Amino acid sequence: MAAGSSAYNSGCFELGMTVASAWRTLFCHEGHALPNQAADLELAAVTKTYGETVAVNHVSLKIPAGTYCCLLGPSGCGKSSTLRMIAGHEFISDGDVMIGNTIVNDLPPAKRGTAMMFQSYALFPHLSVRDNVAFSLKMAGTGKAARAQRADALLDLVDMTKYADRLPSQLSGGQQQRVALARALITNPTVLLLDEPLSALDPFLRIRMRAELKRYQREFGISFIHVTHSQEEAMALADMVVVMNDGRIEQIGSPREVFNTPKTTFVARFIGRHNVVPEDGRTFAIRADRLKLSPPAAADGAAATVTEVEYQGMSVHVALRRSDGTELLATLSESDFDRAPVQVGDSVSVGWQAADRHELAA
Amino acid sequence: MSDTVEAPTRVGAPNIRRTSGVDTAAGDARKRRTSWTPAWVAYLQAAPMALVFFLFFVLPLIATLVVSFWNYTEYSIEPAFVLSNYHDVFYGCVAKFPGLCTTFATYLSTLKFVAIVWATTLLIGFTVAYFLAFHIRTLPMQIALFMVCTIPFWTSNVIRMISWIPLLGRNGLVNDLLLSLGIVDTPVEWLLYSDFAVALALVHLYTLFMVVPIFNSMMRIDRSLIEAAYDAGASGWQTLTNVIIPLVKPGILIGSIFVVTIVTGDYLTIGIMGGQQIASVGKTIQTQINFLQFPIAAANAIVLLAVVLVTIWGMLRLVDIRKEL
Repeated sequence: MAAGSSAYNSGCFELGMTVASAWRTLFCHEGHALPNQAADLELAAVTKTYGETVAVNHVSLKIPAGTYCCLLGPSGCGKSSTLRMIAGHEFISDGDVMIGNTIVNDLPPAKRGTAMMFQSYALFPHLSVRDNVAFSLKMAGTGKAARAQRADALLDLVDMTKYADRLPSQLSGGQQQRVALARALITNPTVLLLDEPLSALDPFLRIRMRAELKRYQREFGISFIHVTHSQEEAMALADMVVVMNDGRIEQIGSPREVFNTPKTTFVARFIGRHNVVPEDGRTFAIRADRLKLSPPAAADGAAATVTEVEYQGMSVHVALRRSDGTELLATLSESDFDRAPVQVGDSVSVGWQAADRHELAA
Repeated sequence: MSDTVEAPTRVGAPNIRRTSGVDTAAGDARKRRTSWTPAWVAYLQAAPMALVFFLFFVLPLIATLVVSFWNYTEYSIEPAFVLSNYHDVFYGCVAKFPGLCTTFATYLSTLKFVAIVWATTLLIGFTVAYFLAFHIRTLPMQIALFMVCTIPFWTSNVIRMISWIPLLGRNGLVNDLLLSLGIVDTPVEWLLYSDFAVALALVHLYTLFMVVPIFNSMMRIDRSLIEAAYDAGASGWQTLTNVIIPLVKPGILIGSIFVVTIVTGDYLTIGIMGGQQIASVGKTIQTQINFLQFPIAAANAIVLLAVVLVTIWGMLRLVDIRKEL
């Protein structure tokens, strides 16, 4: 008990600066609505079938409290179905979802302690920003004054106070996202579920809102589970990346682990910037920036032809075809490239250190 | 980051200014083509509808308005400008007040049908539309069921009304059933040629006018809004009252305008199903036309038009319909 209350104290008083103070006023004075209510989430052999098709196939996963977890995979890999089963918007065909110590399989979303942020935000177009944020309190029967006050506090938290009386259609994409975030957080969820939250934004805004999401997750200390098909987004945000393919988990790990030691050919290809090379009946992944180009007929390399040169600003991508037909990608820094520039059609020798190879499972 | 965004704009700006400078030198009168289609083509495209609208709607309306001020006797109609027709329409309305003159009584009777039919078609129409929009998952099935709703429209109004007679009549199917089951001893009289029969036939005829616009509005609701409401802990009923009904208001309004205006002007249904015993404004006008009393009929028509327009205006004040169009 004593240990629990000290954890609560540190959770409340060591938060950073402005948001922290708003956070304190919101949650810390009422004992039942603490930010360190954040709970572990566990999926045990969760399966989703639609008739004959298996969308999610025995997925088991443990997400510790306060983790930024990205479910990463191509479209149709089952990541959205997984998220929707955690949210309670999709029935679980088999297996269990546990939040904290509760099996939530048959609980409605509002009883799970989860909140969902939808892909296009799903803000109610007929309600003002304040009423959108206060919606779940209204549904729970909270009085008008109380819910307006709390909605305003959350709008303050996401820096949207001055837009409280606007309609969603009068807001920009980034502003809509903040309102959606405030609406999701008003119920003090233990887990926030985000379904491709950045896909509706233009590239500049996407990077900015990405940083905001990460900041809010850090400050609230709850788990965010974020579905995305962008490996760049997952790398930037996640503490824990779950790469999915074909209804199964291919790999779980930190972004660094996933990038540097991809387990499977699929992960290596999907995460990008890797060359998948068959050698002696085994398959290896080599990071594109570890490839060395040298003049043709150099001792330590294989002969290859340059098929494409792409200038990327800080780096240059050189696409190659080795004499055995393997397609390779070399990423060179601009200065390295300038030292020995190549053109399409040039013959070069390509090689890498044996230590930079990483063997793949399949 | 904002610098990155603005940089190209700043680079581009002098170019734009230079171009416009050239334009000024060449003269402000220079016109830029904005479309390959000549401007008059658009008017030509609108012309047929405008012509039909003018010939068959605006002209008759003007004629009616003009005739409503003419004078008439038992055997003649004379162009004039007299208010006597309007005076006749409202004859006794002031003197009898608070009692009802014929016109007010007729309008009140019509208003009663409008209220009953509106409320019933709204309830049924909303339910049918809700079922089609939210419970039927596949589009082909939605279209198929929607077609089923339109089947009654494959026959004429009159036939649909007449077909109620063998069902509801004194010796009709319903009475037969009630008698044979021993629920009643003598045939129920109010089933046909009654207010009930009129309301029933009107609801039957016009429910689809409520279904279509409400269904249309419902199909525009983003399904994720309903999930978002569910996520926020809303019950089915709360989702209905807090999300769905506010969002289908324009559809409800359009359907209501259809039903209210049609029922206000109806005289055929009220005539047939009421056994020619129930007064309606349309019936009054028809009788006057039969007696060739065109001016008073025109005056009645203008009053009816005014009542309908005021009703629509009042309804439009309630909901912003522009969102829907």
